[in-house]
Amino acid sequence: MDDTSEQRKQGQNNLKTGKIDPKFKYEIMRMPGSEKVHLCFQCGTCTADCVIARFTDFYRPRKIARTIQLGLKERLIGNEALWLCTTCHTCIDHCPQGVEVSSIIRALRNISVKNLGAMPSIYKIFASNILKSGYVYLMPESRLKKREEQGLPPLPKPNLNDVAKLFHATGFNETLEKAKTMENAKAEGAN
Amino acid sequence: MKRLKKQRPWKMQKLKVQIRMAETKFLFFLGCLIPYRLPSYEVSARKVLGKLGVDLVEMPEFNCCGFPVAPVDYELALSLAARNLCLAEQQNMTVMTLCNGCFGTLNEANKVLKKDKMLRDKINSNLQQIGMEFKGTSNIKHLVHILTEDVGLEKLKEFVKSPLTGLRVAQHTGCHLLRPSKNIGHSDNPEDPIILKKLISVTGAECLDYEDETECCGNTVIGVNEEIPFKISKEKLEHVKASGAQALVTVCPSCHMMYDFNQPRIEKAFNVSFNLPVLHYTQLLGLAMGFKPEELMLSENRVKPTFLL
Repeated sequence: MDDTSEQRKQGQNNLKTGKIDPKFKYEIMRMPGSEKVHLCFQCGTCTADCVIARFTDFYRPRKIARTIQLGLKERLIGNEALWLCTTCHTCIDHCPQGVEVSSIIRALRNISVKNLGAMPSIYKIFASNILKSGYVYLMPESRLKKREEQGLPPLPKPNLNDVAKLFHATGFNETLEKAKTMENAKAEGAN
Repeated sequence: MKRLKKQRPWKMQKLKVQIRMAETKFLFFLGCLIPYRLPSYEVSARKVLGKLGVDLVEMPEFNCCGFPVAPVDYELALSLAARNLCLAEQQNMTVMTLCNGCFGTLNEANKVLKKDKMLRDKINSNLQQIGMEFKGTSNIKHLVHILTEDVGLEKLKEFVKSPLTGLRVAQHTGCHLLRPSKNIGHSDNPEDPIILKKLISVTGAECLDYEDETECCGNTVIGVNEEIPFKISKEKLEHVKASGAQALVTVCPSCHMMYDFNQPRIEKAFNVSFNLPVLHYTQLLGLAMGFKPEELMLSENRVKPTFLL
């Protein structure tokens, strides 16, 4: 989120009214958990208490809230800084205005994924694994056998049919396919 | 005096709401990371709970709680969580998790869906396709809530056969057991967590305070960026070491992976040495209850707690 001095010199971060989407904040406010983004009065408690912000200049939750209020959609959607939130929810507990900052980050991530189909590859792996096995990891056979030796009951078999139906109902399987083909195309382009 | 008298009826009312029957039978939601990487947590938890007289019923056909997909599609995460909640509603039992992430997600989904009718209708229309409906009658608890609320510290004390007197440890409760406090319940203090400290003192070990106890381990972003979580955890391990603790106690598999499994990698990245064993709380309690270290799979921990083996 932080602008480099070079960008500042070139005027890349100057506000351009043509790029403002005044309805963007309402789009965010319709997402669950983000209803109060308009109440943020820029006190900066979220950034001050954010563990990630302490270790990088790249991520500033206060700035993200302001950028939403200003309607600078382009700067947020697809911004890699969004993926740095650990969801420790300290910002939610500390916000004097009751803004759920980490839920807003989640909303921005969700919109980025929906609009651009781009997500860090780890999430593609997680989602594909859930679709394949019901668990977020693919349990190796050796691990399942070891459970017996350790005197543990067999791992319950998830209902994969139900999981697939939920992926279909939310439309996420299409988003996932799109993200995968985009990644493949990128890999081919690189070759 | 007058004011005190006025307050009393209100206090009585509040007390009445808080009193609930202690349960002894729970629906066990195992999650994904524990069977995949941390059998030591599952084995020690089952042994300890078995001795305490807590019955665990395996949750049939459960799926991932939904936590890992919340960043990419919250609706899908809520639907996956709600499916698990529906299974719990069918069984009519309180759910027990060992994982903070599973507890946080299922508990939040349960509360958010009960409160927000529009969201509930949306999720229920998804669930309709698999013949389920979310009603909001289930109850979610983490292991620490069961030990404090259902078993009780007094009863726990009776089971401590060989107190770990002289052992100095520090605790890491983990984010999703504390925050967001409006959804968590169970009356822990998110700024100064006390439940796990009380549980540790029952075992006879001394629980030391250290700087930034409530800080996140950073494990959730390790798939995106490795550098920042390593820095966060390095700082945490430094603070724990500085307090003079001989071991760190966790109740979350994700935090445990960060501090135990990744500890050698952190040591290598920053050229430091911690050699700080990280124990599951159930391993600590198990030792105090007289189980042998090998029964609790203590040697499975990556940083070997040699002084306990």
